[in-house]
Amino acid sequence: MKVIVCIKQVPDTKGGVVFNPDGTLNRGAMLAIMNPDDKAGLEAALRLKDQFGAEVTVLTMGLPKAKDMLIEALAMGADKAVLVTDRKLGGADTWATSSTIAAAIRKLEYDIIITGRQAIDGDTAQVGPQIAEHLGLPVISYTQELKIEDGYAIIKRQYDDRYHMIKAKLPCLCTALAELNDPRYQTVGRIFDYCDKVEADDKDTISTFSRADLDTLRDEDCGLAGSPTKIAKASDKVRKGAGTKVQFDTPEESVAYLMEQLTTRHVI
Amino acid sequence: MNLEEYKGVFIFAEQVDNRISGIAFELVGKAKDLAADLNTNVTAVLLGYKVTELANQLAEYGADRVIVVDDPALETYMTEPYTHALSEVINNYKPEIMLVGATPIGRDLGPSVSARVATGLTADCTQLDIGDFPLVPIPGKEDQQKHNQLLMTRPAFGGNTIATIACPNNRPQMATVRPGVMQKKERVKGATCEVDVFKIDFPRNNKYVEILEVVKKVSDTVDIMDAKILVSGGRGVGSPENFVILEELAKVIGGEVSCSRAVVDAGWKPKDLQVGQTGKTVRPKVYFACGISGAIQHLAGMEESDLIIAINKDETAPIFDVADIGVVGDLHKIIPQLTKQVEAFIAAKK
Amino acid sequence: MDFGLDKKHEMARSLFREFAENEVKPLAQDVDETEQFPVETVKKMARYGFMGIPIPKQYGGQGCDILTYAMCVEELSKVCGTTGVIVSAHTSLCMDPILTFGTEEQKMKYLPKLASGEWLGAFGLTEPGAGTDAQGQQTKAVLEGDEWVLNGSKCFITNGKYADVYIVIAVTGKVEKRGKMMKEISAFIVEKGTPGFTFGVKEKKMGIRGSATYELIFQDCRIPKDALLGQKGKGFNIAMHTLDGGRIGIAAQALGLAEGALERTVDYVKERKQFGRTLAQFQNTQFQLADMATRCEAAQLLVYKAAKAKETQAQYGVEAAKAKLYAAETAMAVTTKAVQLHGGYGYIREYDVERMMRDAKITEIYEGTSEVQRMVISANLLK
Repeated sequence: MKVIVCIKQVPDTKGGVVFNPDGTLNRGAMLAIMNPDDKAGLEAALRLKDQFGAEVTVLTMGLPKAKDMLIEALAMGADKAVLVTDRKLGGADTWATSSTIAAAIRKLEYDIIITGRQAIDGDTAQVGPQIAEHLGLPVISYTQELKIEDGYAIIKRQYDDRYHMIKAKLPCLCTALAELNDPRYQTVGRIFDYCDKVEADDKDTISTFSRADLDTLRDEDCGLAGSPTKIAKASDKVRKGAGTKVQFDTPEESVAYLMEQLTTRHVI
Repeated sequence: MNLEEYKGVFIFAEQVDNRISGIAFELVGKAKDLAADLNTNVTAVLLGYKVTELANQLAEYGADRVIVVDDPALETYMTEPYTHALSEVINNYKPEIMLVGATPIGRDLGPSVSARVATGLTADCTQLDIGDFPLVPIPGKEDQQKHNQLLMTRPAFGGNTIATIACPNNRPQMATVRPGVMQKKERVKGATCEVDVFKIDFPRNNKYVEILEVVKKVSDTVDIMDAKILVSGGRGVGSPENFVILEELAKVIGGEVSCSRAVVDAGWKPKDLQVGQTGKTVRPKVYFACGISGAIQHLAGMEESDLIIAINKDETAPIFDVADIGVVGDLHKIIPQLTKQVEAFIAAKK
Repeated sequence: MDFGLDKKHEMARSLFREFAENEVKPLAQDVDETEQFPVETVKKMARYGFMGIPIPKQYGGQGCDILTYAMCVEELSKVCGTTGVIVSAHTSLCMDPILTFGTEEQKMKYLPKLASGEWLGAFGLTEPGAGTDAQGQQTKAVLEGDEWVLNGSKCFITNGKYADVYIVIAVTGKVEKRGKMMKEISAFIVEKGTPGFTFGVKEKKMGIRGSATYELIFQDCRIPKDALLGQKGKGFNIAMHTLDGGRIGIAAQALGLAEGALERTVDYVKERKQFGRTLAQFQNTQFQLADMATRCEAAQLLVYKAAKAKETQAQYGVEAAKAKLYAAETAMAVTTKAVQLHGGYGYIREYDVERMMRDAKITEIYEGTSEVQRMVISANLLK
């Protein structure tokens, strides 16, 4: 069984948002991490490896420094890594990104593709389903549970107030939620093994695809030029200023203050 | 793609168990504003089985036309038949704008459809306007500025960045919008509109999956997104039993109880009460944040509330940075007493 | 000379740190209060290879180096001194002597299971009458046919009762050395469950209260002939070699305790206000923190140097002694200062620094008291 897991390196907008003293965002100071939904997807893949001896390949489209994240994935248990990187691919929206990743996946073998539901920087949740569309695969989003049985994926698909148990014939693509599982840690020895191999671009461990390698990708579908959505403007939010903060010695005083506020503001 | 051929503002009318979801009416409401700017009409697209009779509900909230695809293949939501149906509608009717709710259905359907019809999609929009792209014409290239474009504004980067997106060269311009962000118009009871029943075939292909089971979560709670006042609890409440204090305040003040993600993760409350980036976005008149630290993912779900009142014993909690009124103190002592006083006040007013 | 760490060491440290913060820290206070050996934590650590870090791959280990092992103990000890010493005793005091002195059969029999964490290791040298004076050994091993028969007891044994494999030092006879009759001392590998091997008292301690400190009792305990580790009569050398390595582990534990206490204190003084200012704004606090930070860094350099010495030198006892001496005294000084800077709260068990100070004390005593370290260092100077 071969599993491909798409992972993305993102700034830690969930746990490690850093602001400048003036309340503006300090992107440079933020740690780069493996996107949480993707990590859950990787853990699901590693459980397939534990159960079936599946071969797990992690794939990322990103800057060269995404290699650090690939080492982390290998140290967690993945077998191979693919880095898709090229300046020509930059500035891509979800159409261009999914087209590019689909072109890379066409060069690999797989029974199932797992992506995260959404990245904590783009927050779109689009790339997974769009990759499936480009590859002509069934897609199951919001995967809460994943099992493989006799060539089928049995998936618990989350909705607002219910879930569906879905049976999909392989190959298929599913998008994972961070709540899917508790991802494992890296193993010390594997860090040592794979760090050196990735740094040395060991062919058995890591493949790097540039624009030229993606022969099924059309120019009009990649990079900034290949992105149907364009940014008209973007600005970082300044944190909403604080209102009034009070601290009294007794709860009675706090309650009196709150009553005053609620009545004068016509809440009650 | 001849952009000129694409006309009309379409919305996807999501329905579950043959009940039209609130988001559909909200999208119709916003579509009406956009259609007015574009001098065009609002069409709702309703997919399902035995749903044709629901079409007029959409007219009551402002739709000028409803396109219905009524087929057994659409009885329960599945990605492929719905993607096929909506794509066929788009290819046939050529709307310039297609809006979809950013729900667990819409956030799956939207990307699949946008990829199938080869257009751009912008997710989780908080604002939609008609305008020019580029916003300011590039000197020397004024004739390349396009007008009557859908400008889609959305948060990114965990809610820390606001971006405005356009899709100038592809149609339809697609956007998903979260429930509770747009407002539905006043209902006009008995209103009707043109209903187009669109027949299509559903040839099976490899993308079809099988639904083995549908399991509904048992929940007798009210939708927190409809509440005018929310009394929300976080980890600081301490235990599931302690939530009773918040429930009593909510009952007396005419509100509902909601919670932070930490509370759902701890198993104290169900997920449909969760406010936050991976929960619900709420915009009540009053939001009481009790024992909630104020992590940015939580703020993303409630910072548009009209009045934010925070009660927390940790004076350094980030919630105080966005609260209009912040009280540093023990919620276990303050809230019960507050409840009694509010109750007395309301009784006296009568 | 590069004082930085390369990428793989940085990544390993991040792993240890993340694990310590998420899996070990939340339990630390409870482990101390209940004095329960953290069995689940050991299982988790085993899963990620923490129980076999410096053991070569061919014996089922992770194939990393001593520095990585030391960093593991350091990061664990920053949040829990008990967890740090469990890894240290297991690695340095049990696996290392088998790796260094064992036959191929012994290595293949014990190391894979120890390195995978399936088995836990311990080391029995200390006796009621033989602490610093290790030669005061009384436990005897007598060869009867194909078996050694052990009689005697060991005390203060870390990982006692939970460990499956014990390196036990015992007297096997008398030998003449430089005209004097000396004890012939040898080393043995003894498995838990061997008839005649039981456990006595569990000690109630000031600190590292979750660490299981037991008495080992041998009453006609029969072990196979090939349970002898290394050469007969070389037991004392084996013990001393083992302690040299163990000192690096304990130095790392002491270092972690000091660094952990410093981190807590820095957070605390930024929050705590008196006289309208945070404690951090008083120069007295600032100067104390500066001293604590400098001592911690100096200790870290000595520990890492000792780790590298073990990797590259045949003899590294002096480096290990310096590291252990300095780190232990730093741990005691820094944790004591940390409690003081926390004021009354530093005395309350809910605050970590209170436990850290109690944990720190033992690092000045076990695996060679600070006095013994001074003996080693001065002997080397004056030879």
